[in-house]
Amino acid sequence: MGVPCPMTLYLLRRFAGFVVTMFVAALVIFFLLDLLPGDPARFILGINATPEAVAALRAQMGLDAPVHQRFIQWVLDMVRGDFGLSHTQGLPVAQLIAERMAVTLPLSIFAMIVSVAVGLPVGILAAMRRGKATDTALMILVQIGVAIPNFWFGMLLTLLFSVTLHWLPTGGFVPWHEDPVAALRSLILPGLALALPQASILARVMRTALVDVTEQDFIRTARAKGLTKAEAVWRHGVRNAMLPILTILGLQFAYLIAGTIIVENVFYLPGLGRLIFTAISERDLVLVGGATIVLVLATTVTMLIVDLCYALVDPRLRGRGA
Amino acid sequence: MHPRKSLTLALAGLMLATASALAQPTEIRIGVALEPPALDPTAGAAEAIDVVVYQNIFEGLVRIDQTGAVQPGLAESWTISQDGLTYTFTLHEGVTFHDGTSFDAEDVKFTFDRLLAEGSVNAQKALYEPISDVTVVDPTTVEFTLSRPDGLFLFNLGRGDAVIVAPESADNNGAEPIGTGPFAFVQWDRGSRVVLEQFGPYWGDKPALTKATYLFIGDTATMTNALLAGDVDGTNNFAPEALAVFEGNPQFKVLVGSTEGETILSTNNAKAPFDNLLVRQAMAHALDRQEVIDGATYGYGVPIGTHFAPHHPYYLDLTSTYPHDVEKAKALLAEAGYPDGFSATLKLPPVAYARLSGQIIASQFAEAGIELELINMEWAQWLEDVFANKDFDLTIISHVEPFDIGIYANPDYYFGYDNAEVQSLNDQLNATTDEAERLALAQQIQTIITQDAVNGYLFELAQTGVWNGKLDGMWQNAPVEGVVLRDIHWVE
Repeated sequence: MGVPCPMTLYLLRRFAGFVVTMFVAALVIFFLLDLLPGDPARFILGINATPEAVAALRAQMGLDAPVHQRFIQWVLDMVRGDFGLSHTQGLPVAQLIAERMAVTLPLSIFAMIVSVAVGLPVGILAAMRRGKATDTALMILVQIGVAIPNFWFGMLLTLLFSVTLHWLPTGGFVPWHEDPVAALRSLILPGLALALPQASILARVMRTALVDVTEQDFIRTARAKGLTKAEAVWRHGVRNAMLPILTILGLQFAYLIAGTIIVENVFYLPGLGRLIFTAISERDLVLVGGATIVLVLATTVTMLIVDLCYALVDPRLRGRGA
Repeated sequence: MHPRKSLTLALAGLMLATASALAQPTEIRIGVALEPPALDPTAGAAEAIDVVVYQNIFEGLVRIDQTGAVQPGLAESWTISQDGLTYTFTLHEGVTFHDGTSFDAEDVKFTFDRLLAEGSVNAQKALYEPISDVTVVDPTTVEFTLSRPDGLFLFNLGRGDAVIVAPESADNNGAEPIGTGPFAFVQWDRGSRVVLEQFGPYWGDKPALTKATYLFIGDTATMTNALLAGDVDGTNNFAPEALAVFEGNPQFKVLVGSTEGETILSTNNAKAPFDNLLVRQAMAHALDRQEVIDGATYGYGVPIGTHFAPHHPYYLDLTSTYPHDVEKAKALLAEAGYPDGFSATLKLPPVAYARLSGQIIASQFAEAGIELELINMEWAQWLEDVFANKDFDLTIISHVEPFDIGIYANPDYYFGYDNAEVQSLNDQLNATTDEAERLALAQQIQTIITQDAVNGYLFELAQTGVWNGKLDGMWQNAPVEGVVLRDIHWVE
């Protein structure tokens, strides 16, 4: 039997790490939720319900089994793809999450595209004009972009484009199958609000990375071979500056999927963040658990993809097998 | 084709049509802060459920009108036996549920058997426990037998918790409600909106609106923008601190009315030092009610001195029983054996009126020597700690049930008030159907609980609606929970 090639080993290790991460996450999520004070059945029935009605609902929700049994059952069900039924809504958790993903995923991707389309060119431009007025002006703008909270920026956008100009809706969401144009329109303002700080961070990172790279010997060599500064930066610099950018992009995407809750509230969008927030306050523990696991999954998979992209961008990483 | 599907398709077509033609005068978009967890009013206490479904999708045998009076609903008339124990209802004929099944006396029996069954999860089951039997006389006649007279029986039949459901659809009402009301459920985009459409074969008078959309907007600033931009046509209860934006703007109507919510500083009467009448009286004197109302409700709350709604004919104005008097409070505390005051906790649920009132009351109590530690809680935790386990000193909460003075006759209730006289008076009140006697009894109870300073009586919550100026027919007051669409219409 031959020694497995480094790439296979790398993938195997990554996969094992992934499984362990998921299991630990499930354990932590389940027991933290179990520790939460507050009885879900009492929450649903309110203050005038009789103790018998509350007990009946607890039994109906399967909350009377011992904790370890419930945990094992939960994990086994999830492995089989069954995320259980939401306590409060009586619907499959997987369906509820999928419905919300139809908003959160396009919103995150849209914000991501805007952020890359704005952030990277700004960063490259600032790096190439380092120390000049353009650089200073751009970096001041970027600083403002990082400092403005996205929800507040969202409110400003609404005031201008919805309340004053009536170009776009103040919020809400029309399902894709009903009216794709209206659906897209309702994602524009929240997408921009989410993209601004992300683009600003990207621009800063891009600038720094590119400045570092342009000081390297190989750029000088490229210049010496007769390339203009722009050509040298474009052909050799940008690709080498991509590593930190990839890391940031991975983190940003995971953040966008999980962290859009405030913006979703401001634009009353039916996204994943709002689903989890409501579920927590309503003690819908099955739903919170399922949705959190999906988020952990999304983050872990994104990180896995980023790691694989490292290997693509930087051939040196492929040989090391680590 | 499945009827639901064709309805959805028709609706989708309708929406495309209306997107271009501006301001159809028969449709309404209502913004509400909370999304209901499910849409079955018989299996949950959340007010958000009734806001969408009560009298719109679902109807009871009787209905409550905007003055709080009982009106015929699915029952066109009824008779009550001399002893007040037998109610015979005559039902409307030709009524159908939204799924096409017909409504008759069997559905009524099914509804109440389900409500009172062993495993029932009705949030107000206790209200219907006087019912000992429901008998189907014929398809349009149904007879209720009570185990004891109940002066509130008809009112309780008109609540959202007692709407009539059908055996074919009852289990699925949480996700897809099927009732007999003037509006049928069309779709629920979770996290976003619920759409209702006028039900063509409705048995009663047709409402003016053909379509209603409820949009869930939790953030006050966002709701303000949505109203200003015209993305929603109104909201039944808007944050009082932001009402100023709309007052005096002719494009909007601000409707300030009453609710059934007595907001009180609930006091654990079973626990020292609050088991001491002198201490409770001291706290009552330490309270400055008007300051709380101004600070916590922006002046919209109505002062109460007892546990009764000020707009109710039985209400007795007892607000001056314990006037704000810090010196008196200190003297009473000293007399009770706390010359240097004491410290206690105040557990606050996550609602603005409670959190704001809590801060104001803490500073008022500090003047009298009572140090309050404020503890903010989520609803689920509050329900468990305060309500179920009675693990609290003080809390602030609005009791939103109509005519709920009976809680003072229950020594197991969370504030732990045990007074045999009140219990006996309450039994008499329940057993009496004579109005004059009922009034006298209800006022006697009010006087006793106020003198006993059982809880700190703060204010009646206001309902503060903001609507498009061209809308009419909205309820100004909220005698029951709900946004009843029946009479809402566009003028001009």
